[in-house]
Amino acid sequence: MINYDTVLSSKIKEIKPSGIRKFFDLAATIDNVISLGVGEPDFQTPWAIRKAAIDTLEKKRIIYTANSGLADLRHEISHYIDKKLNVKYNPEHEIIVTVGGSEAIDISIRALINPGDEVLIVEPCFVCYAPIVELTGGVPISVTTRLEDNFKLTADALKAKITSKTKLLILPFPNNPTGAIMTKEDLEPIAEILRDTDIMVLSDEIYAELTYGRKHFSITQLDGMQERTILINGFSKAFAMTGWRLGYLAAPEPLVTQILKIHQYAIMSSPTVSQYAAVEALIHCEREVKNMVAEYNVRRRLLVDSFNKMGLECFNPEGAFYVFPCIKSTGMTSEEFCEELLNEQKVAVVPGNAFGESGEGFIRVSYAYSLKHLMEALKRIEIFIRNRKSAE
Amino acid sequence: MNELIKLLKQNARFSNEQLAAMLGTTPKDVAAQIEQLEKDGIIKGYSVILDENRADKDMVIANIELKVTPQRDCGFDELAKTVMMYDEVDSVSLMSGSYDLAVTVTGRNLKEIALFVAQRLSTIEGVLSTTTHFVLKTYKEKGIFIQEEDIDERGFVAP
Ligand SMILES: Cc1ncc(COP(=O)(O)O)c(C=O)c1O
Repeated sequence: MINYDTVLSSKIKEIKPSGIRKFFDLAATIDNVISLGVGEPDFQTPWAIRKAAIDTLEKKRIIYTANSGLADLRHEISHYIDKKLNVKYNPEHEIIVTVGGSEAIDISIRALINPGDEVLIVEPCFVCYAPIVELTGGVPISVTTRLEDNFKLTADALKAKITSKTKLLILPFPNNPTGAIMTKEDLEPIAEILRDTDIMVLSDEIYAELTYGRKHFSITQLDGMQERTILINGFSKAFAMTGWRLGYLAAPEPLVTQILKIHQYAIMSSPTVSQYAAVEALIHCEREVKNMVAEYNVRRRLLVDSFNKMGLECFNPEGAFYVFPCIKSTGMTSEEFCEELLNEQKVAVVPGNAFGESGEGFIRVSYAYSLKHLMEALKRIEIFIRNRKSAE
Repeated sequence: MNELIKLLKQNARFSNEQLAAMLGTTPKDVAAQIEQLEKDGIIKGYSVILDENRADKDMVIANIELKVTPQRDCGFDELAKTVMMYDEVDSVSLMSGSYDLAVTVTGRNLKEIALFVAQRLSTIEGVLSTTTHFVLKTYKEKGIFIQEEDIDERGFVAP
C-alpha cells in the first residue's frame, strides 16, 4: 500500500489546521446552535451587482480575461483607490485582480519571500498569513498588539522585532478579529521606522469600507510608503460578495510584473462573471455600502455596550464587523469559555487564540447577524456569565 | 430617515436601554426623542406585523380601487373621510394614475367583503366605480418577509 505520509511534502505536514476549523467542527455536532462565529456579511450582495452578473451570463461569452483582470475593472479599481485614498495606481501595470484578497495575500508573499526571510505578522490576526509564509520557507514572527493600546501596532513593538533578516511586515487593519483600526497618527511612527529600510509592507485593507465614525486611512497615503507597500483589498466584505471570490492587489510595477507570473501560472484569470459584476459594484453601489455600514454600526454599539454591562471588558472597535471582549475575568481560557458557552447555552463564538497566542483571554464575536439574532445570543451569553458569577 | 425611527420600524418593542445602546446615546434621550415624535404626531401608534393567514385563518383582505368625482371646494378629502369611517376599512390613500382612492378592507369571507363594497362603498355619493382585488398571499409587509423562514447558510464559524 502506498504510504501517503512519505508522499506529502514535509512543509505541508507541518502546517497546523486552522483553529477556527476545529471549533466549527465542534459546533456542528450540537443541535440548535446559534452562532456569532461567522466572518462574512449577512447581507445579500446588492441587487445591482447580481443583475450585472446575470446580464453577463446572458450576453457575454464567459472566457478568460486578461491575466491581470478585465481592463475596465482595473480602471475602476484604480479610480476607486484614487477616490478613497488619493493614491494613484496605473491600471495597466500596477493592479492585479485576484481570487479574493486571499489569493492576493498568497501570491504577494510567495513573490517576496526567500527561505529564512523573516515576516512580521501583526497579531491577533486573520489566520492565513503565517501558514503561507511557512510554505515559502519564510519565518513568521509575531508582533503582538495589546488591549492597553486598543490593539494598535505600536512603534516600539515593531522595532523590537526588526532584524537584518526582516523582509516584510503584514499590516492587517481594520483588523480581524479585534476590530482595531490604525489612524494617520498611529501609522506615522510606523512609516517613520520603515522608510529607512528595505522592509516591504503587505497592507491587508479588506475591511477598509467598514469603519465607524471616521474614514479608513491607508499607509500608502503617507510619504514614501506607496513604493514599499502592497495594498490588498477585495469585494467580499465591503460589497457582501464573499462567494464571488474577487479581490485585488495594487503595488509598484516591478513587483506587479513578478507577482503576475504566479497569478498567471496558478490561476490564469479571476472569475469572469464576478469581474463584470465587480465593475458595477465599484461604479454604482456606494449607497448600498453606506446602508450596510450604518446597520453594522448600530449592532456594533449594542454589542460593545452589552458586553461591558455583563462585565466582559470590550474595547470600542472602530472597524470590521467584530468585537473582541476580554473574558479573563471569568477565570477561563478562551477555549474553555467557548466550549462551555457552546455546550451550556448553544452559542458559538470563536476563541481569541485561534487568531494567535496574543488572542488568548479574548473571544471574537461577529456582528454580521440581524439585531434579532444578536439579541437572542446576548441574552444567552448573559445567562452564562450570570450562572458562573452566582456559582462563585 | 431618522435612525431611531428606522429601529422602531424594525421592532417597536426594543427597550429604551437597547435603543440607547444601539444609537450611542442615553435611555433618557431616547425617551425624550420618542415623546417628541409622538407629540409631533410623527409616531401615530405602535402595531404588530402579523402573518395574517396564520393569526386568523378566516380573515380575508381586499384592495379596492375607487374611481370618484372630486367634490367642489374640498376635492377628494370629504369622500375619503366618509370611506375611512367604516370599521371594515384599514387604510385609505389618494392615488395618482388610473383610479383615485386605494382602500384596504378586511372581512371574514369573500361574500362579506363583496357585500360591503356593493352596499357601503359603491353607494357613496361621488363614487363612480369600484374594482375589488382579494389578497391571496402576502410575501413582505412593512419591510419584513412574511413567508420565508430565515435560514443561515453560512455555517457556525468561519474566518
Ligand atoms: C483580514 C482578512 N483578510 C483577507 C480575507 C480574505 O477574504 P477574501 O479572500 O474573501 O477576499 C479575510 C476573510 O475573512 C480577512 O478577514
